[in-house]
Amino acid sequence: MKLKTLILGLCTASAFALAAHAESITIATVNNGDMVRMQKLTDDFTAKNPDIQLNWVTLEENVLRERVTTDIATKGGQYDVMTIGTYEVPIWAKQSWLLPLDDLGADYDAADIIPAIAGGLTADGKLYAAPFYGESSFVMYRKDLMEKAGLTMPDAPTWDFIVDAAKKMTDRGADVNGICLRGKAGWGENMAFLTAMSNSFGARWFDENWVPQFDQPEWKKTLETYVNVMKEAGPVGASSNGFNENLALFQQGKCGMWIDATVAASFVSDPKNSTVADKVGYALAPDNGLGKRGNWLWAWSLAVPAGTQKADAAKKFVAWATSKSYLELVASKEGWANVPPGTRTSLYNNPEYQAAAPFAKMTLDSINSADPTHPTVKPVPYVGVQFVAIPEFAGLATNVGQLFSAALAGQSSVDDALAAAQSAATTEMGMAGYTK
Amino acid sequence: MARAVTTQHKVVVTAAAWAVALIIFFPILYTIITSFKSEQEAIQGFDLIPSFTFESYADVQSQYNYFKPFMNSVIISVGSTILALLIAVPAAWSMAFSPTRRTKDILMWMLSTKMMPAVAVLMPIYLLFRDFGLLDSRIGLTVMLMLINLPIVVWMLYTYFREIPGEILEAARMDGASLWNEIVYVLTPMAIPGIASTMLLNIILAWNEAFWTIRLTTTEAAPLTAFITSFSSPQGLFWAKLSAASTLAIAPILVMGWFSQKQLVRGLTFGAVK
Repeated sequence: MKLKTLILGLCTASAFALAAHAESITIATVNNGDMVRMQKLTDDFTAKNPDIQLNWVTLEENVLRERVTTDIATKGGQYDVMTIGTYEVPIWAKQSWLLPLDDLGADYDAADIIPAIAGGLTADGKLYAAPFYGESSFVMYRKDLMEKAGLTMPDAPTWDFIVDAAKKMTDRGADVNGICLRGKAGWGENMAFLTAMSNSFGARWFDENWVPQFDQPEWKKTLETYVNVMKEAGPVGASSNGFNENLALFQQGKCGMWIDATVAASFVSDPKNSTVADKVGYALAPDNGLGKRGNWLWAWSLAVPAGTQKADAAKKFVAWATSKSYLELVASKEGWANVPPGTRTSLYNNPEYQAAAPFAKMTLDSINSADPTHPTVKPVPYVGVQFVAIPEFAGLATNVGQLFSAALAGQSSVDDALAAAQSAATTEMGMAGYTK
Repeated sequence: MARAVTTQHKVVVTAAAWAVALIIFFPILYTIITSFKSEQEAIQGFDLIPSFTFESYADVQSQYNYFKPFMNSVIISVGSTILALLIAVPAAWSMAFSPTRRTKDILMWMLSTKMMPAVAVLMPIYLLFRDFGLLDSRIGLTVMLMLINLPIVVWMLYTYFREIPGEILEAARMDGASLWNEIVYVLTPMAIPGIASTMLLNIILAWNEAFWTIRLTTTEAAPLTAFITSFSSPQGLFWAKLSAASTLAIAPILVMGWFSQKQLVRGLTFGAVK
């Protein structure tokens, strides 16, 4: 009996010792293809780090944003690694909510991160989030329809060309819309597109003194161009179309052109899901000759909250998931076309990747042509290409997005929508203390 | 003639009832249909005939383990219901059989807590959970769901208890029954249909609760509501997978509701038929 008790005690003690030795970290993420793939490949990480266990929390983007904000603001300590975007990084870094990631190991090669992407994740000269995948936006177009319309898409088109091509490519009888653009209201939906578009028209959200600029002619030109081209050449019900809806339309051959995230290129060129996979061409987002293009810059990145008790383990994971060797791991298991794009310069110099992803060069050129620190033609007091990196932006831009979506749906005029946007922005900025 | 009118009337009423039932059930039916489509079919538009592919179920199963959130849902919903009944039965008994001047006010006050938007108390609740170490724990979530459903449980039980003649309890007291015996051996057996339907309804409410269950959990205590939300994607098609995850999440409660519908309907219409 005594021996049994002793053995039982020893077993229990060793179990406790093992459990105490293994450290588990919780990672909050979104349900994107690249993130799901990362979860499947974590055996590689746990084999190299047997003392670290990984727990995953996958949430819908907006729920994730709300959950991690609540947790980080209250120092709840629920997460050790968080997936956040370029909008959050400068704001959270300023609040000292994130740990700097300048010590990710000797072989991490931070200098290899694409400069435009690193710029959006850096505050006071320190990297606060490591990019997992980066994207810009560009024009995806149907080469066959373009040819049929008697046009040739330049590598760097102007808005005049895009508007003209959209009208010529439209064939309502054949259910082909010349252009598909985001119309669904939301700061990350239609306002991401429209803010980036407005940059190329010389517009800006605020002047140097944080005074809203929706009453300026540049915004009027932006919104008029958008609403008019969508009325003449856009799909029915465009005001409720976001990324996924337009993706489905394009894959079904119902769009002549689609200006959206570069990450969409791998979807539309995938013959398993796209009926037009072999007919897609790519071009830079359009401009107006003012020095800025209508493309955005975004990176889903991994950050470590300041409240974590497991900073070392969390950083080890971040370093693994955003390293060059992770890209090679994905390539070896799932092919180069499935490697998370837009983070490392070396990837774009890799001939195997260039062969597997025909859109690679255009993606890199698009990313490089976006400048989050100088996003507009006229000077502004903020950073961010398709957003303004201030905490008030998400709420305000969603409000403005609803007004612009209503203008697209024909429920209000462009002038009324802009006047209401100006009024809402003026009130919000006054209340938040930016203006008096 | 009168008989013919009655038959016609019956047919009309039955048809109307079926139509209403179909309208109410249709979103669930369409979710189930969509779960058997490919992602391409799912987004193509309205279509009632799927290609009966199981790829979404396979994807869902390969991506996440269904069993853990399922067990969490069972534990949290059943646990919170039992806890709520333990508190609500004596509370409703006291208000139904020994009402005071303030009973109605107390009942109204309890109900008024349901009128407040949950998000208004997110921060204080989150901080309390953090300080008591209850974040991502089944105990914390069970207590939380018990508290938010308690007003409804008390109200329902109060309504049922009011239908029971007080004389029966008085007779039990005359026979020397203690308070405990009175509640356990006299009141509870008489109110079984009411308690059962309250219990079923509360389990359904707790099973479907998505605000707190998503916000107060991460991995260990996350129930099926968190399981569903993990299949929504900002970039990529996901409707079929989301429908498959939703079907898996609602299936247990749907089956339970199906088997206990008689009890549920009897309990819910208890007051009306007496």
